[in-house]
Amino acid sequence: MHELSIAMSIVELAEEEAERRGVRVNAVHLKLGALSGVVKEALLSCYEMASESTPLQGSLLLVEDVPVVIFCPRCQAQRPLSSVQLFCCPQCGTPTSEIVQGKELEVVALEIQECVPNPV
Amino acid sequence: MRPEPRLIEVRKNVLKQNDVVARSLRDRFRAAGVFVVSLVSSPGSGKTAFLEKTLTLLRTNYRVAALVGDLATENDALRLARSQAPVKQITTGTLCHLDAAMVQNALEDWDIKQLDFLFIENVGNLVCPSSYDLGEDLRLVLISVTEGEDKPLKYPTIFNSADVAVVTKIDLAAAVEFSWETAYNNIQAVRPGMPVLKLSAKSGEGMEDYLGFLAARLNELRQVACS
Repeated sequence: MHELSIAMSIVELAEEEAERRGVRVNAVHLKLGALSGVVKEALLSCYEMASESTPLQGSLLLVEDVPVVIFCPRCQAQRPLSSVQLFCCPQCGTPTSEIVQGKELEVVALEIQECVPNPV
Repeated sequence: MRPEPRLIEVRKNVLKQNDVVARSLRDRFRAAGVFVVSLVSSPGSGKTAFLEKTLTLLRTNYRVAALVGDLATENDALRLARSQAPVKQITTGTLCHLDAAMVQNALEDWDIKQLDFLFIENVGNLVCPSSYDLGEDLRLVLISVTEGEDKPLKYPTIFNSADVAVVTKIDLAAAVEFSWETAYNNIQAVRPGMPVLKLSAKSGEGMEDYLGFLAARLNELRQVACS
């Protein structure tokens, strides 16, 4: 398991962006594909460790699970896969290995904090 | 002062750094005309024996070399060196997979333009290597007959990151009552259309077909480069 090094990469990435824009990060929005090879629960617990003693300390990692979507050559349509043990169209049963989504490991957005003065 | 939360778009791949290095390796390999094959599997699938046999047989007609990754020891590199091909060990310490940077570092003092084939044996692990592109042209996932036919169902991610499946140790198939049909169907279930080879490094069965497959891929690469 290497979710800790993945968590450290996420912290590093977010830190760089935050520094570039001169803001503080409250939360990191991450897309995690079912075929990314990374386990969500392990990643969440490692994130806390990885962000400790960094400017990201105390920030949240918000994970959006991305299901596997395949393209069915017979239906000519994208379909969500019902099981990763069976790569076939859930509608017509045609086997397909064309993956449209599901391998993501992407920092989508950062929730940042900036202060605005109260209206007079 | 009233704090106001704001969402800023980033859209960056977490493993972008690895992908950037992998892409640069891929460009370098193409420019050098070397066909790069990586091998992933569980520990004990017979990767090293298979690679040693591959290097020994290919050496008669091709210029070959190998990189091998392990957490510790140089044992695999020493075994592969028996083939007389250049071999280098990458010791990862506690890291459970090779990444593109490690491959790049290992190749620093090698002139890959002198090679036809470069093989990269990954750390024995069916989980973590799936996330890391090494810049290879072909990724083989090996399962031995002693591991059971349902391996592909248990590890769909690695099968989806590989190009060809290789069933190894077929000389032991009868002894473990291995069902080729079940294994083949399970591979097709998680990765429809995946080519599957079966062989034994020990007896030599199936090795000729495999080497022919590699030779054809190298030819293709060289033809594309010339056009």
